[in-house]
Amino acid sequence: MSRTLLEFKNISKTYSGNQVLKDVSFDIREGEIHALLGENGAGKSTIMNILFGMPVIHSTGGFEGELHIDEKKVDVNSPFDAMALGIGMVHQEFMLIPGFTIAENVKLNREIEKNNIINTITSSLFGKRMKTLDRKAMNRDARKALDKLDMSIEEFTLVQGLPIGYMQFVEIAREIDKKGLKVLVLDEPTAVLTESEAEHLLSAMRNIAALGIAIVFISHRLNEITAVSDRVTILRDGEHVITKDTKDTNVLEIAEYMVGRKVSIDRTSGEGRQFDDNSDIALSVKDLYVAMPNEQVKGISFDVRKGEIFGIGGLAGQGKLGIANGLMGIYEAKGDILINGQKVALGKTRQMLGMGAAFVSEDRKGVGLLIEESIEDNIVFTAMNIHSEFLNALGLANKHTIREHARKMIKELDIRCTSEKQHTGRLSGGNQQKVCLARALTQKPSILFVSEPTRGIDIGAKKLILDLLLKLSREQGMTIIMTSSELAELCSISDRVAIVCEGEMVGILPPDASLSKFGLMMSGIKEAEGEVAS
Amino acid sequence: MIEKTSLAGKARSFLFNNMVMLVFLGFVIFGFAVAETFTASSFTNDIMTRFFRNGLLVLALIIPVMAGLGLNFGIVVGALAGMLALIFIRYHYAVLHGFPALMLAFLVATPIAILFGFLTGKLYNKTKGQEMIASLIVSFFAEGVYGLFVLFGIGGLIPVRPGHRMMNPGTDIGVRGAFELGLPAEELTQAVRGAAADEYPGMARTLNLLWRIEFVYALAVIAVAMFLFLIIRRLIMRRNSALALTVNEPLWAFIVKSVLCGAVVAFAFYSSGVIYYWYNVLHNTPDIDRLDLLPGISTFAVEISRINQVPVVTSLVIGAIALFIVYFSKTKLGQDCRSVGQSQPIANVSGINVDRTRIIATIFSTVLAAWGMIIYLHDIGHVATYTIHRNIGFFSVAAILVGGATAARASVKNAIVGLFLFHAMFIVSPHVGLFLFDDGNAGEYMRTFLVYGVIGLSLGLYVWKNLKVARDKESLATMMNKIGKNKQVATNDNANRGGP
Repeated sequence: MSRTLLEFKNISKTYSGNQVLKDVSFDIREGEIHALLGENGAGKSTIMNILFGMPVIHSTGGFEGELHIDEKKVDVNSPFDAMALGIGMVHQEFMLIPGFTIAENVKLNREIEKNNIINTITSSLFGKRMKTLDRKAMNRDARKALDKLDMSIEEFTLVQGLPIGYMQFVEIAREIDKKGLKVLVLDEPTAVLTESEAEHLLSAMRNIAALGIAIVFISHRLNEITAVSDRVTILRDGEHVITKDTKDTNVLEIAEYMVGRKVSIDRTSGEGRQFDDNSDIALSVKDLYVAMPNEQVKGISFDVRKGEIFGIGGLAGQGKLGIANGLMGIYEAKGDILINGQKVALGKTRQMLGMGAAFVSEDRKGVGLLIEESIEDNIVFTAMNIHSEFLNALGLANKHTIREHARKMIKELDIRCTSEKQHTGRLSGGNQQKVCLARALTQKPSILFVSEPTRGIDIGAKKLILDLLLKLSREQGMTIIMTSSELAELCSISDRVAIVCEGEMVGILPPDASLSKFGLMMSGIKEAEGEVAS
Repeated sequence: MIEKTSLAGKARSFLFNNMVMLVFLGFVIFGFAVAETFTASSFTNDIMTRFFRNGLLVLALIIPVMAGLGLNFGIVVGALAGMLALIFIRYHYAVLHGFPALMLAFLVATPIAILFGFLTGKLYNKTKGQEMIASLIVSFFAEGVYGLFVLFGIGGLIPVRPGHRMMNPGTDIGVRGAFELGLPAEELTQAVRGAAADEYPGMARTLNLLWRIEFVYALAVIAVAMFLFLIIRRLIMRRNSALALTVNEPLWAFIVKSVLCGAVVAFAFYSSGVIYYWYNVLHNTPDIDRLDLLPGISTFAVEISRINQVPVVTSLVIGAIALFIVYFSKTKLGQDCRSVGQSQPIANVSGINVDRTRIIATIFSTVLAAWGMIIYLHDIGHVATYTIHRNIGFFSVAAILVGGATAARASVKNAIVGLFLFHAMFIVSPHVGLFLFDDGNAGEYMRTFLVYGVIGLSLGLYVWKNLKVARDKESLATMMNKIGKNKQVATNDNANRGGP
């Protein structure tokens, strides 16, 4: 086996009291393709940020543990330290300048300068940045790097207008053009690629690894991981689960390791009530497309029965959040939607609200709340506008009924505040979420969309909110569509859980389905394929 | 990958991208058509004067655009540095006079402009994203500070000789509202001594007067230089496919350009009498009338001969600065400027010192503006101490915009085309006013309307385009389009593999 190149030793990291990495240790070997896996929040990006010396780590108090390269302890305090140590990273958001050529981008701030007499004179007079560039040499280097990736595109093409898959290759070309590159981190490189481009990338990765460069490959596509990687490391909830040779494992096992289940709520799974095929359909969605940036929905169809709790899960950025946002008209969308059998036009938020739909957005501070306004105004705002409630005879706000209602809600939902007049901006995350819920409930909806209801809130508030959703469904027959990144919570109250991957719905599972099934679906593998793969 | 666009689409995008330039061209042509008292020579004289006067001020705008600072209305700050230098030099007129004094003014202005540019650059770094508004406000602010200093500081804080003719008479506090730069030695001898009341030769027009040549010769020189440039570029393009791609010049365009250059040279020769001379020698007919050889062209040649001589040194200075800007864009610093201009975050993570680069770009602009202001005033010959700088920023910005620049892209070509078109508009607008409203003064309002209109239109279009690009990027149509394409690619792949 080749020698160890990079070691993570007992890495721990805390963000404002929240431990996101707990004593993680693993190593990367020379010339291997090492897959790094985990759900959102498992700590993948944090550990890569540590490796790359990102400011976000050092401005929040650094980390515990040590990084070793070639068996020597190294300090990586900035991305420039990382680059000097031979660590390269291809980010999910491309660091490319569109108005520059491929070669200019590959050589960005590492331009080659000419060494002629004029340059010697000007640089000694006006400083070394006054040397002219040797574009020929720059183009030659870029060509070399592109050839290593089997890219035939001309190096002097502008990046502007290149297909997105090519941009990825330009980024990789830039990294391998750097002298002394030892480790290359690829963060979800295939997410933006078409199938054939992804295959091309995987073969290019093998070429790079053959040069002795170690590749850390972060991906949610398990098939690609088993196809290309030598070893795989799985993180879950900030802990190192396992590092294994890929040939000794399979997708099913990896999926199970990856998903796991947190026991944070004293309920193991929802009842998974079976709804009669003849029971009323509250919401029918056909061929839904939503242009929500980073959460695109690409053709999803599903039906939700009246009174059902329908969970939507999946990894971040795969499109699960786009569904509710598209239906409620926050982002451009198209598709055929029926609410209680009635056709609805998309993009008309008022109409949706008028038909009895309410939305608790994942973007609490942006969409969910008027943070400069009081709790009571926030609670009644939508109901007042849509259903003309809480108004007096003159059509003005009826302060008395508003206050009465707000106090009732504050008591019922246990909103911790100084008074109903407190600005929502000053509340804690959990209490803000309760205000959002209170507002949605004030609309007396028949269909409730809740997105990420428990994100960033404490465990007590979590439990209260989940219990409340369950109660609304059981006692009032409310139809609830809940979107969450936390699979455990979804399973704890939903009757059915749909998994979204890459903008499409992979499948719908009962809440007590096995972990590996959920894991596979999150990687975009349908059940049948998973069985074949195992 | 490259989509073919229809001819109509191309025409539309050409019209859209060059709207401002075309409007101005139309206005100038209209002005020509309706003007009654207008000759080619008087028009060319006016244009030439204004071109050499304003050239450097407009060129000063290019580097900040490159560095992503937008249009630097703050060149007024640089202009003020130039004016301070002139006030200083003029105060010591007894010691410093003539052409050397003008050179000294450039020298004195430079460190002041560097300091001003540094401070302005600092301000732009603190107002990222709003540089253009900041530059506008800083120009007003600097104007106020300058006015205060010149009106009360000189003589108030800085002691001056009592009764000095640069100072306000009586109080000796504050510089006069207007002062002369003094007639050059050549003109001084011709002026009636005593009436000119200037015992020393001054600075006015000294740079222009150093060396002048006939207009036709200048035309010939430019045509030859242009031709050489075209040939050399053509030769390089043969070996360098990257350049060929960016220049994209078909053979017929090259031939047309070369023939034009040749025609200009031939015309220059003809009108200067060289051809006439050889014709006589060959045919041995010394008494032939020169004007009868090619009557139409000859009248034109006579008209052209009425054009003033071209100041060679001034054109060389402007040409050298223009070349410097092109050279600058090819250096590492120029590349850094462009990187910063296109994306600050990406430049930053690549290790480029963004703030420093932006400050350097501002300093370049401010120093060029200071020099530009000195050339501008030296050509006019007298300085309105408190007002002359007022429109410098607006007019220079309008000129470069008319030349096809935007807040994100500007080149030497834009500056030169803009200088011609913008000042042509200035010259014809009274004639248009006279024709349309029977009142030459109406043209004055038309000027104002066009200057501010063009700035507003250009900036508006720029913002609108950016917003449209951002909106399109996130639109449903774009997403659906991409999904469609990917599906197509996938089916093609399958077909190639012989799969389903």
